[in-house]
Parts: sequence; structure tokens; C-alpha cells
Amino acid sequence: MVKPGDGYKDIPKGGLILEAGNAKNYKTGGWRTKKPILDKETCINCHRCWAFCPDSSVLSEDGDVKAEIDYDHCKGCGICAHECPVNAIEMEKE
Amino acid sequence: MKLKEAAKKEERLTGGHRLCSGCGAGTVVRLVMRASDNPAVVGCSTGCLEVSTTIYPYTAWEDSFIHNAFENVAATISGVESAYRSLRNQGKMDEDFDFIAIGGDGGSYDIGFQSLSGAMERGHDMVYLCYDNGAYMNTGIQRSSATPKGANTTTSPAGEVIPGKQQYRKELTDIMAAHNIPYVAQASPFKPQDLMKKAKKAFETEGPAFLNVLAPCPRGWRSKAEEGIELTKIAADTCFWPLFEVENGEWKLNYNPKAKKPITDWLEPQGRFKHLFKPENEGLIEEIQEHVDERWETILHRCGEE
Amino acid sequence: MSNQVALTGNEVMAQAMRQINPDVVAAYPITPQTAMVQLFSQFVADGKVDTEYVTVESEHSAMSATVGASAAGSRAMTATAANGLALMWEVLYIASGTRLPIVMPVVNRALSGPINIHCDHSDAMGARDSGWIQFFAENGQEAYDNAIQAVRISEHEDVRLPSIVNLDGFIISHAVENLEILADEDVEEFVGDYQADNYLLNSEDPIAVGPLDLQDFYFEHKMQQAVAASNVKDVVLEVAKEYEEISGREYGLFEEYKLDDAEVAVVALGSTTGTAKAAVDNLREQGVKAGLLKIRLYRPFPAEEIANALKDLDAVAILDRADTFSTTGGPVYIDTRAALYDSDADLEVVNYVYGLGGRDIKVEEIESVFEDLQQIAETGNVEQKINYLGVRE
Ligand SMILES: Cc1ncc(C[n+]2csc(CCOP(=O)(O)OP(=O)(O)O)c2C)c(N)n1
Ligand code: SF4
Ligand code: SF4
Ligand code: SF4
Ligand SMILES: [Mg+2]
Repeated sequence: MVKPGDGYKDIPKGGLILEAGNAKNYKTGGWRTKKPILDKETCINCHRCWAFCPDSSVLSEDGDVKAEIDYDHCKGCGICAHECPVNAIEMEKE
Repeated sequence: MKLKEAAKKEERLTGGHRLCSGCGAGTVVRLVMRASDNPAVVGCSTGCLEVSTTIYPYTAWEDSFIHNAFENVAATISGVESAYRSLRNQGKMDEDFDFIAIGGDGGSYDIGFQSLSGAMERGHDMVYLCYDNGAYMNTGIQRSSATPKGANTTTSPAGEVIPGKQQYRKELTDIMAAHNIPYVAQASPFKPQDLMKKAKKAFETEGPAFLNVLAPCPRGWRSKAEEGIELTKIAADTCFWPLFEVENGEWKLNYNPKAKKPITDWLEPQGRFKHLFKPENEGLIEEIQEHVDERWETILHRCGEE
Repeated sequence: MSNQVALTGNEVMAQAMRQINPDVVAAYPITPQTAMVQLFSQFVADGKVDTEYVTVESEHSAMSATVGASAAGSRAMTATAANGLALMWEVLYIASGTRLPIVMPVVNRALSGPINIHCDHSDAMGARDSGWIQFFAENGQEAYDNAIQAVRISEHEDVRLPSIVNLDGFIISHAVENLEILADEDVEEFVGDYQADNYLLNSEDPIAVGPLDLQDFYFEHKMQQAVAASNVKDVVLEVAKEYEEISGREYGLFEEYKLDDAEVAVVALGSTTGTAKAAVDNLREQGVKAGLLKIRLYRPFPAEEIANALKDLDAVAILDRADTFSTTGGPVYIDTRAALYDSDADLEVVNYVYGLGGRDIKVEEIESVFEDLQQIAETGNVEQKINYLGVRE
């Protein structure tokens, strides 16, 4: 991947980005002021939080959201907590 | 499809993009892209989504992506799709691809309107997605022809004598339906399954399909980040943003609120409408309500729901 | 093998496009280019080409769709003139900045306003700093030859820049000329298959094109473009050599007509160079050592070579079919003067802006320019550096 400080001879022509999805390597978790905490006991796995997250940060594995929240990218918007029908997500001050 | 089934597919828009916290554009795009079953070429007009998802040297797109300029995403994807057809007809490639052009309301209702109309008229096999946040957000919340009447934007500010935007929104979805393309739909992220279903129909349509999706912008709407999705439900419950589709000319209503809510439910939680609640602007809210009622009647009529 | 034909400039350019057989053409009609795209549409309708023809609703969309098609990995072309080119302006820079090897005939016509449909070079000159390679032609034959060579030049890995192939509106586009076109299979073999390095329609290696490129890398990408532009000259000459083998026609960066021993000369581009040749011939008969430098490659500007070719003259006049309204003369004049600044040449350089909006340029007028030059050469006095030729007071 192109690194900061690379010279014009080392980077692809014309501004092309050759690694699809490499924004994963850019961490936006530091934007957060509040952190969603998922209570796996209360969760009914409806996947609303997963569907609404603008940052692809509610992780679902094999149809189960009880997996994890991706704190590297979660910006702490609180939509998941607000939309959870059983209040299984709590927003906690960072 | 159940959400948990939908979640089994690969994510097409990664985290690490730089949309604001709580930006509805991220939600809308993720859900729409879930409905694609092929590798895609995504085009995006200049605007918040584009600048936030492809900041060199990063891209949040797992698919091939092209940004050309502000007003030409439909023409750009026309070119990509034509290249695909040409190469396929010549036997130089045989893979299936989906083509989607994405524009903000500015890039679709205003500056890119001609390019959009042209591409739809020519019948390219592509989906056009407008994520409508009701203003030019990327450049600092200027009014567009999708901005609701009365909204305070930086070029339609609420001032001493003029109370925000003077005109009603342009109904782009209707205009697209008038192109007589095979599939047109208006959708909203608060109904993710409905949105994904429409996106799936759009991708599966042979020829052009148009989706207009309401996308909350906490920054421009002056609303709380966590309330974005709820606001899109209120938009449907007040009939400000009805959900419908026009399939081969057939209008169909997709959501009929059990109890229609007053327009103030939509206006109140958003700071951009705050000035409307001043005593001197009382008449304006009534006017807006009347307009919404009329529009709703029209939609019901077209959808054969009366 | 080649064929002798009588065709207009537009017709022969449509033939060139047919023989190049691009995967995609997206174009919009505008006088005086219209016949070219009409004829090409007929080739599409008759199944003579594999091209998908995108009947866009404007030139802005023509260039936008061409950019999309080229970024997708296909060979893509368009064609335009005047206001159409001006409408493309924004996207011209995107095409060159994205390093897309698009080839575009431009049938030169005056820019509005007031509106005018006839030949001058204000359209092409408006795009001179857009990062596109630009060729000019004396006649339909050269325009045809330039179009076919431009494909190879643009697509060359050291270049990867788009090309404009200029031909004068009406004077070339609408005049029937006897010319030679190559055999279809010779063109097919000459241009070969286009293979992009990185392209959109590649699901194995998806890419992102046109990102937001800020302070930390934009400059590096522009530097790459500058390097590519500096490679163009060599590639033009290399491709010309190969082209000569199949066509028998010789091309360089420019043509020197009776310039070797000349004392006075004009520099021009486009169809006027034909008129200028007649003037040179007449003057030579009278014993005047007159010459002509006809620019073929205008962008990037072969400054060193041009300065070198002009340096032994006593006086030279630059004919410009466009003004810059900068009060510093026409664009070719500005370029040429700048080129001469660094050479050890000691000669007077004057400018004649002529032919705007299709105003005819006559042999006698160019002869009068030579008279001025002789006077300058004799006296060393330049009364007026920037002159307007053929305008009424
Ligand atoms: C030709 C041109 N005019 C103006 C701009 C400035 N500009 C960039 S994005 C934008 C607004 C985008 O609005 P919209 O399409 O609604 O997308 P949003 O940012 O709201 O998501 C404007 C005015 C531009 N980039 N290009
Ligand atoms: S919205 Fe709540 S209940 Fe549903 S999956 Fe998420 S955490 Fe569980
Ligand atoms: S807080 Fe926002 S960004 Fe974080 S997981 Fe919840 S919805 Fe996603
Ligand atoms: S300004 Fe609005 S639309 Fe733009 S990224 Fe922020 S929330 Fe999204
Ligand atoms: Mg917008």
C-alpha cells in the first residue's frame, strides 16, 4: 500500500487506489466520545443494530450479532443503542 | 429476507470511511450494496459520500469504484456499462457485473439532473441511487431543490424577513417515474428489509432502475446523531417521505402509517426548522402541513389506495 | 496496402474511427463535426464496428462517459468542436489526470460569443493546458494519419495521456480531398489490442478511480503527469517511424518547409500551412529566402526543437488563429517566444493573429507578412510586435 511520504515514482499512476477496502486500515474509533456496550444476555439477535450501523461496526458472524463491536471503526453515534428494541446496548462514556 | 440472513453476506463498504458519526449515507449504501449478488462497479458523484469513502490512499469500497465529477455520475457509469456490453459482445469477458451510480440530492436533483435523465432515457442497465439528505452537505449545508420548504440552510438562511427556504422540494422520484423506466422506488433506511428488497429488484431489473432514499444528516439537519434512523420513520409516519415503488408503470404504496402524524413531529426534532416554531411563522407550518396532505393524497390516488 | 479515396475531412476521420474500431464511442453532434459522428453511427448501425455508441445528451456527458469507458478498461473515443469542447472542459482535466488514453478528433471552430460556426483555433487553444496531447493537421490526410498514430501514442506505457487530433472546421472537415487510407487490417494490426494495467471491470483486482487526493499526494500525481508529458516527443517520433513503414508517409514533431537556408519564415499550424506553402513558393521564385515551420505536435510543445529550427533566421512571424486577450499575443506566439528565450538565437519574432471566426486567409496576406519580415530583417526595426491580419479598421 502507498505510504505517507512515498515519492511520485513509487505510487500508481493517475491517483488509482489498487487495494479495495483498505480503509479498514484507517481507524476511526478515536472519534468516539461514547462507547456502545452490548449486553449479550439481553440481546435477542434481531440485527437491527447491525443493519443501521453507518460504519459497518456491529459485527455479525454466522447470523449472530453476539460476536463483537468493531471498536477500531465504531464512531459512537449511538444509533445501535437507540434502535435496539430491548435496550441491550448501553452507551458508556469513554 | 431476514436481517440475520442478509448479514451472512460480505460487507461491501468497510468501516474506516470518514462520514460523520451517525451519517445516514453510510447506512443506506451498506444496505443497498447488500442486495447486489455480483461484483459491482460503483460510481459516485462529488459529495459527502465520495469524499469520505475514498480519501487517497484509502478506499472503503470492496468493489471497483469511480468518482469523476459532481454532475456526471450517471454519464460516467453509462460509459462503464457500455464498455462492459461492448467487451461482452466481443467475447472479451463473460463475468456478470452490477453497475450502480450514486449521487447526493445535489448531484441528482440539481447539477447532475441532465446526466441522470439522459442515462435513464438511454436505458443503460444500471441502478441509480440518490441518497437524499436535503442539501449540499459536503460544501456546508447549502440548499438544493430537495431541501424541504422552510429549512434553514446556509444559502437559504432563516433571517429577519425570509424564514428559510421558500420553495417546496422537487419530486425527483415522480420525475424518474415519468421516464417510464422499468423500476423506480422511494425508500428509507428505517425499513431495512424494504430497502434491500427494492435494491434487489433494482439490481435485477434489466435496464435502468432508480432509487431515492432518505438519508439523515445529523450535521445539516441539526439533529441528534442517534436519532437519524428514527427521524426517517417519523418522515414516513408524517407522510413527508412516503415509501412507494413504480414497477413497469404500476404505482404501489409500501408503507401506510396506522395513524398519520402531524408534520410538527418531523419538524420539531430538527434544528434546521427551529425558526418555524416562532409565533410569526405559525402560518408556515400550516402551509407545509397542507402541502404534505395534498402530496399524500396524490400518492394514495396513484397507488390506488383511496 | 492502401486505398486511394476522395473524402472530406469528416468522412476520413469517421473511416479512421471505423478502422480503429474502439470499444466505446460517446459523442454529441456539433457543427462542423456532425458529419463525422453521423457517419460513424451508420457504421455502428451497419455492424461495421464492434463499438457501443453512447448517444449522450451533451458533450459534458460525452467526455464523462468516455472517461468511464476508458477507466473500465476499454478503448474509448469521442469527437467534438468549439462549444462542445468548452463544455467538456472540466472533464478534460479528469481524463488526463486519471491518465486515460482517450483519442478525440476536434474539428476546430471559433468559440462563442458571438456564436460562429467557422474555423479558428480558439477551441483547441482553450484546452492547451488541460494535459491532452494535441496534434494539428494541414489536410485530411494528415488528420487521418494523426488519429491512427494518436492511439498508439496515447496508449504507450510511458505516456498514458489522452490526445486531441485537430482538423480545421469546414476548410478540412468539409472539403473533399484525394487521399490514401490504409487497409483495415493494417490499421487493426498497427493499433493492436488495448490492455489497461488497472481497470474497473476486473473483479479479481477491484480499484478505486478518482479519489479525493489532497496535499499529501496530489502533487506527486501531477509530477507523474509532467514526466509522462516529457516522454511524448520520443514516443511520437517512434510511432511515426513505424507508421511510415506501413503508410510510406513521414511524420515528425513539425515539418520544415524550405526552412534550411531561409532568412525569413512563418510558423503556423492547421490548414493555413498549405496557404503558407504557396506564399513561400511564390517568394522563392522572386528570390526571397522564405520558409515555413508547420507545427504538428502542439502539446506538449517541442520547444527546444522548434527553437533550434528557427535560430538561424533573421525574422520569424508566428501566425495564430486564436487570441489570448492577454495583450501578449496569440498562444503559439507566446510559446515560441518562450522557446527562443533560452536559445542563442538572435532574431525578431512577431505575431499575426488572423482568420478568427473563419475569416479567409489569402496567399497575398501571407506574402505581405513576409514583406514585413524582410523589412524587419533589413532594418532591425519592429514597428509592431502583435498584429491583426485581415481585420477591417
Ligand atoms: C461543478 C461543481 N460545482 C460545485 C462543486 C462543489 N460541490 C462539491 S460537493 C457539493 C454538494 C454536494 O451535495 P449533494 O450532492 O447533495 O451531496 P452531499 O454532500 O449532501 O452528500 C458541491 C456544491 C463541485 N465539486 N463541482
Ligand atoms: S438491536 Fe439489540 S437485540 Fe437486536 S441484535 Fe442488536 S443488540 Fe441485539
Ligand atoms: S455506536 Fe454507531 S458506529 Fe458504533 S456500533 Fe453503534 S451504530 Fe455503529
Ligand atoms: S455532513 Fe451530513 S451527509 Fe455529510 S458526512 Fe456529515 S452527516 Fe453525512
Ligand atoms: Mg445532499
